[in-house]
Amino acid sequence: MSNLTAAAAAEKIGNPALNLAIFAVFVVVTMALVLRASRTNKSAAELYTAGAAFSGRQNGVAISGDYLSAASFLGIAGAIALTGYDGFLYSIGFLVAWLVALLLVAEPPRNTGRFTMADVLAFRMQERPVRTAAATSTLAVSFFYLLAQMAGAGGLVALLLGITNRTGQSLVIAVVGLLMIAYVLIGGMKGTTYVQIIKAALLIAGAALMTVWVLGKFGVNFSDLLGKGAEAGAPLEPGKKYGISGTSKLDFISLSMALVLGTAGLPHILMRFYTVPTAQEARRSVAWAIWLIGLFYLFTLTLGYGAAALVGAERINAAPGKANSAAPLLAYELGGTLLLGVISAIAFATILAVVAGLTITASASFAHDIYASVIHRGQAPEGSEVRVARIAALVVGAVAILGGIAANGQNIAFLVALAFAVAASANLPTILYSLLWKRFNTRGCLWSIYGGLLITITLIAFSPAVSGDKNAMFPHSDWAFFPLANPGIISIPASFLLGYLGTVTSKEHLETKYAEMEVRSLTGAGASRTALEH
Amino acid sequence: MSSIDDEGGRGPTTPSEAHYVAVQQTPEFQDLRRRYRGWVLPVVAASLLWYFLYVVLAAYAHDFMSQKVLANINVGLIMGLLQFVTTFLVTALYIRHAERVLDPASSRIREEMEGRGLR
Repeated sequence: MSNLTAAAAAEKIGNPALNLAIFAVFVVVTMALVLRASRTNKSAAELYTAGAAFSGRQNGVAISGDYLSAASFLGIAGAIALTGYDGFLYSIGFLVAWLVALLLVAEPPRNTGRFTMADVLAFRMQERPVRTAAATSTLAVSFFYLLAQMAGAGGLVALLLGITNRTGQSLVIAVVGLLMIAYVLIGGMKGTTYVQIIKAALLIAGAALMTVWVLGKFGVNFSDLLGKGAEAGAPLEPGKKYGISGTSKLDFISLSMALVLGTAGLPHILMRFYTVPTAQEARRSVAWAIWLIGLFYLFTLTLGYGAAALVGAERINAAPGKANSAAPLLAYELGGTLLLGVISAIAFATILAVVAGLTITASASFAHDIYASVIHRGQAPEGSEVRVARIAALVVGAVAILGGIAANGQNIAFLVALAFAVAASANLPTILYSLLWKRFNTRGCLWSIYGGLLITITLIAFSPAVSGDKNAMFPHSDWAFFPLANPGIISIPASFLLGYLGTVTSKEHLETKYAEMEVRSLTGAGASRTALEH
Repeated sequence: MSSIDDEGGRGPTTPSEAHYVAVQQTPEFQDLRRRYRGWVLPVVAASLLWYFLYVVLAAYAHDFMSQKVLANINVGLIMGLLQFVTTFLVTALYIRHAERVLDPASSRIREEMEGRGLR
């Protein structure tokens, strides 16, 4: 019903056939590359980490491709267009977060692990319980992140292909999911990385083009652009979204914590550090990613205010994807049908590439951590781990398609914030403790991961984001007792505390093993064993 | 995993826990550790404090953030852009510190270990 009214209100823009054709060109070109890349795709190391053969620069571009998801591009541009300064706050948290990753988290995993986050966490702990816990939180984060991306695909389809009925949208979500599965199964990490690199280059170039274009329309006067944006309802002061009440301000602080501490705990980002040969290259790749991501977020500032000034809140809100359609509508306003087609193809490619990266991470975590290490205790039959990883990718893909269809229309930014909250609460404390605190042990690790995960999900389930609010997932029921939509302010400190308490109440001492971890992570000694493996 | 360890047994010696503990105790390693932690921990702490100062100002100091500085450019926008500047700056400084100070020290220790047949 709401879809019908939205369709009636929405103007007809662009040419669906052209949008589809440009996207098809992207798929054909990348698929050809993926097919070429897939010739060496036999071992687990090839499948998960492309044999650690990428350079720091290549990986840096791929990281930015992984990170600049639909939520970043469509979500932030839309948030700035509709709420002004408060949308900009998102991008700052997303960027500053990379300092935690660069300074603390990027290099040690390359020297101490091989494939997954659990490699690092289980390094000196009791392997099976810790791997199970790390795989659980990896799968949880990947699931929420996948949902966000696939849900975004639905709204985008509505806008770009003029498909407004739910069945048609579901069909397109399924096609996107199947394409993604094909990339992952055929290309493995190498193919997926090439897709990320191409997509990141296109995305940044597209945003740069639009930024220059928008600035040109305002006589290269940034202040003038801001002024016009502000007149159109995108204020230059903070507060439109988060400044309404004491609760909303606290909610914003809580969100900021999850954003800035979540990035370094995202399993699909951690896994990218394994695709380069050395810790130095891992460091370089993060530096490249920071430059590119920072640059991109500066562009979104212009795009957001540009969309407010040139398209206007009314038209954005009337479009099927609402806030998410601000950037595509701006493209149409600037360059007409062709630019809209290009920008929409890039947005589709973005969703496709991010979903593929997440799927590799989730399937690697299942096959490597659960199947090979926990079930077979590292003695899995030859070749079976790769087979299990491929089956897991199929299952993850199916879950992503079904979840995406179910979550179609949900708020993307909220779902992504949820993934960040889980990553910041369940993953980051254990990663930091295990790298920096020699006393840390198995119980601390388990309490922190499971505790962080449980607290985060419980608080969200009983938050106004799920029930008891007109914008909630279940607007007509009310079981909320936690006032904030973002749980980070409680769940992150709680998880750090649980990690501490679990550790000191356990008699397990792993200081000798920590010596190995510390020497290896700081010097790279012994890491050649892992690099020689293929 | 097991096949790698087997290979290690036939070629150079895989370092044991005792080797690592011994290396950890050397003044060279302690120095590297101090130069790593002594740099990154204060800088991460300062970056996060600077970020949260910004977040708290954005949430609770609307009047301050709304002051116009130059035409439509206000304090809030400048503070936000300064977060970009500091992030870029810390990135560049860390890369420099790592390449000038940490990498040479860590390669010396690693090469010393590999020189003893430990890899």
